[in-house]
Amino acid sequence: MMKNKKFRSFIINVGIIVALYLVLTVLIQQGILSRSMRNLLVPIGINIILAVSLNLTVGFLGELSLGHAGFMSCGAYAGCIFAVHSGLPPAVAFPIAILIGGLTAAVFGVIIGIPALRLRGDYLAIVTLAFGEIIRSIFTSLTITGGAKGLQGIPRMMDFNIIFIAAVITVVLIANLVKSRHGRAICSIRDNVIAAESAGINVVYYKLLTFVVSAFFAGVAGVLYGFNVGQLTPPTFDFNKSIEILVMVVMGGMGSIPGSIIAAAVITMLPELLRDLDKYRLLIYAVVLIAVMILNASPRFIAMKENMRNKLRFGKNRRVAE
Amino acid sequence: MALLEVTKLGITFGGLHAVEDFSMQIEKGQLYGLIGPNGAGKTTVFNLLTGVYKPTKGSFCLDGEDLTGKSSIEINKKGIARTFQNIRLFHKMSVIDNVKVGLHNQHGYGIFTSFFRLPRYFQEEKNIDREAVELLKVFGLERERDYLASNLPYGKQRKLEIARALATRPKLLLLDEPAAGMNPNETAELMETIKFVRDQFDMTILLIEHDMRLVAGICERLSVLNFGQELASGETAAVLNNPAVITAYLGE
Repeated sequence: MMKNKKFRSFIINVGIIVALYLVLTVLIQQGILSRSMRNLLVPIGINIILAVSLNLTVGFLGELSLGHAGFMSCGAYAGCIFAVHSGLPPAVAFPIAILIGGLTAAVFGVIIGIPALRLRGDYLAIVTLAFGEIIRSIFTSLTITGGAKGLQGIPRMMDFNIIFIAAVITVVLIANLVKSRHGRAICSIRDNVIAAESAGINVVYYKLLTFVVSAFFAGVAGVLYGFNVGQLTPPTFDFNKSIEILVMVVMGGMGSIPGSIIAAAVITMLPELLRDLDKYRLLIYAVVLIAVMILNASPRFIAMKENMRNKLRFGKNRRVAE
Repeated sequence: MALLEVTKLGITFGGLHAVEDFSMQIEKGQLYGLIGPNGAGKTTVFNLLTGVYKPTKGSFCLDGEDLTGKSSIEINKKGIARTFQNIRLFHKMSVIDNVKVGLHNQHGYGIFTSFFRLPRYFQEEKNIDREAVELLKVFGLERERDYLASNLPYGKQRKLEIARALATRPKLLLLDEPAAGMNPNETAELMETIKFVRDQFDMTILLIEHDMRLVAGICERLSVLNFGQELASGETAAVLNNPAVITAYLGE
């Protein structure tokens, strides 16, 4: 019975992914999507990777990180510098660059994760914020990164298929991690550190692990960004980018992976959707964000969500009982 | 040899001797009570025994192994599990996941197994799920398995905390005021559960409690703390009739 239930949800998930892929492919090939919307597909995918990976730290581990753009830039520069200077054909360099970018960012994840073991809340947020700013000024002053002018000549390889696959892999891997004994350990640290320790959870190990995994995927997203735009400039990875990713996580709901995906897509499209209202675009953008925040925190909305969740669960239980 | 041997345990916070020269022996299978007026240092003893605080003096051994100064995690792995006076559940996780966190070190599989859902993941998760459900059944929580822990009524939260502690497969279970905030019916039911746990799991239990009916009803031996020092210890009935103990509780 248990197995059937899991198998069914597996089939449903695969179905959703395939359907989404087919619908988007048809929309692109029939030219139904406007050109500007088509150009947004890759940024949406990149932001989904960023939001879901940041959610691991903020939503599941419960530590506020304001340096996600910093991890992203470490990966982006490491991977893209390799691609530009290796002399390998782009199609070969691309997967290697992704791996290098992810691993480099993961190393920085360890470096930032270690102080994170001693710091909590606001203090950790300040350290990660400083990390993002420091790394940005380092990239501005180095010559190998092209300095303020940026790194030019990255092969532009991204298309819808690649970003779709990358985003799906990221979401599946992180969702798998969350729904395992390791994911439960991470969540238990968020809910109560003392109780987690006295239940035998290695808090140090799991905090580091979360930072490393989260940074790895941010680095991958950075490389994908570089191969999409064809150049990297330090201001892209500033504080605002970190906040933008954090807004996606908060708006989608801390600890909700589907929420992060939807919020990443909506927030990436919002400026474009509001283009016709040009003058008021930023204003409406702000109002929408505030409205969602208020709605997300309103007791009635929370109760409604809870209610729906319980109904779904009872449904499942009933099926098991039969 | 006793399961738990505490020898002259002590801790000072600045100039305050929160616990001093505290010794006790708990035999395997015993139900042992630790009582004393408010602020006597009972919870501090628990915190010392679970590695939350490091003792400044003395030592304690579990099953002949010296655990003094070890971390909470190591002590839990060696076989001491506890509950908390102010309930510390993983409140945003489901009831069954709370127990599964307790089972964390019982069933190992690696990070990559969980990333890629290798066959071992499904095997072990099945075992984890079965054991978690078994534990929930012991405490009558199986109907609430998918509730958020914070949505459980108070009495059931206390039970869930005990279930989570038992999931770590301890040799010694520490219960910090398990009956706090319970009405007489709930307390009576809890007494039955504690006895049942002791028999079913062959468990040794040390509990802190203010409810004297519970203490007199189930504890075989008692230690009484007052101002961080041991006032009396021995058979429950003898200790409760000890004039010094009565004075400490009621004043002169």
